[in-house]
This record gives sequence, structure tokens and C-alpha cells, in this order.
Amino acid sequence: MKRINNLQKLYLIAVFIVLYAPIFYLIFYSFNSGGGMSHFESFTWEHYAAVFEDKRLIVIVLNTVIIALLSALLSTAIGVLGAMAIHFMRNKRTRNAVLSLNNILIVSPDVIIGASFLILFTMIGVKLGFASVLISHIAFSIPIVVIMVLPKLQEMSSTLIDAALDLGASRRDVVTRVILPFIQPGIFAGFFLALTYSLDDFAVTFFVTGNGFSTLSVEIYSMARAGITLTINALSGLIFVITVVLVLGYYAISNRTKMPLTGVKK
Amino acid sequence: MHDSNRMELWKMNKGLQRIYMLPYALWIVLFVVAPIALILYYSFFDITGHFTFENYKSFFSSTYLTLTVSSFWYALLITFFALLVSYPTAYLLTKTKHKQLWLLLIIIPSWINLLLKTYAFIGLMGLYGPLNAFLETIGIGKQQILFTDVSFVFVSVYIFIPFMILPIFNALDKLNPALIDASRDLGASSWTTFRRVIWPLTLNGVKSGVQVVFIPALSLFMITRLIAGNKVITLGTAIEQQFLVTQNWGMGSTIAVFLILFMFVVMVITGGSDKGASVHEKNK
Repeated sequence: MKRINNLQKLYLIAVFIVLYAPIFYLIFYSFNSGGGMSHFESFTWEHYAAVFEDKRLIVIVLNTVIIALLSALLSTAIGVLGAMAIHFMRNKRTRNAVLSLNNILIVSPDVIIGASFLILFTMIGVKLGFASVLISHIAFSIPIVVIMVLPKLQEMSSTLIDAALDLGASRRDVVTRVILPFIQPGIFAGFFLALTYSLDDFAVTFFVTGNGFSTLSVEIYSMARAGITLTINALSGLIFVITVVLVLGYYAISNRTKMPLTGVKK
Repeated sequence: MHDSNRMELWKMNKGLQRIYMLPYALWIVLFVVAPIALILYYSFFDITGHFTFENYKSFFSSTYLTLTVSSFWYALLITFFALLVSYPTAYLLTKTKHKQLWLLLIIIPSWINLLLKTYAFIGLMGLYGPLNAFLETIGIGKQQILFTDVSFVFVSVYIFIPFMILPIFNALDKLNPALIDASRDLGASSWTTFRRVIWPLTLNGVKSGVQVVFIPALSLFMITRLIAGNKVITLGTAIEQQFLVTQNWGMGSTIAVFLILFMFVVMVITGGSDKGASVHEKNK
């Protein structure tokens, strides 16, 4: 294959710079002892200290993490069951219909999901706050888990199940000792995506969160509307580091889980 | 024979299947079907709770038609520029030595919270920000960059670039290089090769990229508020306004009904691409 020339290299580098500039700009000014993002006075950790001293902010961070973990866990459980249900459906038409229904929430704009869930919660009387946010996050993560698990199920040869049954396994054994281990990489990927979906969500949460409950995204939005606060910068510095660690961790895990799987297939 | 019977038995065990289908089926009914039905239902009620077609009438008034047209126009601009930047980037990425690593580096910024990136631009484009400082040193002088539609389009393109690059990268990566060699051997120029071989074969990637950019671009409301001030109103902004500020859920639902319709139209136009892949790409 042709290697790329210098002009093309320059283009790629420019794209990278543009993509990363805002992030590093934020982090750079998080160390500014001056008040704004335009004039760097001197180096300070004070904004990071402010993040850890702000009790309200810490509660919000904890809320965000708890919502993310719980919603990822529950949506993964329901999503795996759903994927299995879809996989073992014999009527092709119902199968496709269910799959289309599954994908609706994935392509729906967040505003629509948020607005319609707001109507739903008000109608059935769910109090806006922790519960409504958690339920919404579970709801919009389920289809992603299904989509991640389904290809793994399709990859699995049905002879594996036959073999297990021949060897005297009960149905329960087939599920827990054959199917689940086989689709494990898909489950992990689904869980991880659900986690990031939840952590990243702003619009849906913004609609269904009442007064008094807030996640990080919603909090950053209201802080940003009020103007520039370097506490947000410090927060973004922390989030950047955590994100990079998570991404690298995810790649490490997905590489590790790939190994034994290909081993089995061969 | 005996075994296949058992297999059938296992598959046909409706009781078990029902139990594990239940939560998922419940989810479909409660969170997929019911919300859409509710939106449709509410679109026929006015702010005082009376049945009316008024909302639909006012949607076809000039205010909302202009809003819809301008929302489409901005979404088109955003999609176009995102594609313009992303296609060459994706193409060049497939030519680099450690392409997966470079791809990962492109993806990382998309994992950073959207709000934070948008917030960064408030500083970057501010009156005393580095962008204005740069304009001043090259002699153009201070400009009001923030709260204009240009800044809105720029920031939106910035946000969507990684989502556009991924599906195109995957399509280009799957492209068999022998086809390009063949085209060259048969005397085609680079441009002809691109136009007749590369582009058609990566069109599905482009389509799913357009899909994951255009629909969200129609419904953005956070970036419009933070970056464009109130200069740009998209369908998303209007829905948010009706639901959370004016509390006119009926009108908000009516706009939502049309947004859902537009979404289906866009999906039909950009359809044919593999759904599972586009989902995966959207989130990476």
C-alpha cells in the first residue's frame, strides 16, 4: 500500500490538534490561579482542591457513578435476556419486528426520549429524581446491550447446546455453563457501553431529573450557563484522566477476552 | 434423532422462554411503544388539556415552518462539513502504520463528556479567548465569535467528527486493495478510481455516518444554548423550550411527532447500512 506523503501527514496532524486542543486548553487553565480562561497567571492546584472540598459536587459525582453502575448492571441483565429471547425466536417476521422496536431508542434523538419519558413518568406517577433518572438510563441502555450480545449468540453453533444436552446438562446448565460463557465478551462490551452511555448522557437526564437531583452533565450545564468557573476545568482534568484509564482498561480487557475465545473456536 | 428431539424440547419450552422474555417484553411495551404513543396522544391537547388540532395548525404556520427549514439547513451544513473533514481523515488513517492505535486516539475525545468540550469553546471563542487573541495579532481585530451561527456550526462539526470518521474508516478498512490496484491497472486515474470504485464501495459507511450525525444535529439543544446564545433554534431547542420552559407539552409533542417523522425519513434514505455496526460506531 502507498504510504502517505507529508502534506497528508500535515492534514492528519491538524485534525488531531483540533480534536485535542479544546480538551488540553481546559486542562491547562485548570492550573491557572487567575479567574478566567484567557490569561495564565501562575500555577495552582486550588481549583482541584475546590472540587474535593465542594460537598455538593462530590455528592453529584457519586450520584452519577451510582446511576451509571446500577443502570449498566440492570440493563445488561435485561438486555442479555432480551438478546436470548430474540435469538431463540423461530418466527422470522416477529424476530425482525422485535429487532426494529429494539433499535428505535438507539436512533431516537435524546430530546424525544427525554420528553416522552417525562410524560410517561408524570402519567404513571414516578417522582422525578433518582428513580426516574435511573429508570431512563436503564431503558435507553437495554437496546445497546442487545445489539452487542446478539452477534455473539449468532456466532455460537447450536451443536454446542446439543453436545451439552447429550452430556446430560440441564437447561439451566446450558444457559449458565455454555451460553453465558460463550457470549461473555459481548456482555462485557454491552455493559461497558451502557456505562459510558449513562455517564455521558445529558439530554435525557435533563428532562427527567426534578429539582434537587442532578448528575454531572446536568450540573456542568448549569455551571457553564452561569459563565466560566475554573472548578469545571479542574473537573474536566480529572474526567480526562479517568476516561483515558477506562478506555485503555477496556481495550486491555477486550484483548484478553478475545484470546481464550479464539482458542475455543479453533 | 433422540438428541434433536431434546433440542426441540429445549427450544419449545415456552414456560422458560416466557420467564426470560418478560423483562425485555415489558421494556418494549413501557419504554418503546408507550412513549411514542404518549407523544402522539399529547400532540392533540392544548395547554389547558382540551382536545384540539390547534398544535398541528400552528406547526404549519410560518414561525414553525421557518424553524423547521432552518433546523434542516443547519443539520445539513453540520453533516456536510463533518463529512468533508472526516472522509479524508478516515482515508488517511487507513494508510497509517498503526491504524488501530491512531483510530483509538481519534476516538478518545469523543469519550470526554460533551458538555465539557462545549464549555471549552466558550473559553476558546470568548472575547478574550485565544482565538480572538490570534485574530488580533494577524490584524483582523477582535470579533464576536461566540453566540453566532458560525460558532454553532463549528462546535457541532467538532463534536460529530469522530462519529463520522468511525463508520467511514470501517468501510474503507474493509475495502479490498486489489480492487484499487485493478482499477489502476486498467488505466483509471486516481480521481476515477475514487469516484467509480472507492466512493461507491464505502457509500454504506458514509450513509451510516450521515445517519448518526444528521438526526442528532436536528435535535441539538445544549450546544445551541451554550454556544449560539439564542441565535439558532433547532427542532430540539423548540421541544425543550415547550416542555421545560413554556410547559406547553401539547405543542412540544407536536414538534416531537414531526421530528420522529423526519427521523424515519432520514433512516429510510440512509438505510441499507448494517444497523448493528452503526450502533457500535456511534458509541465508540
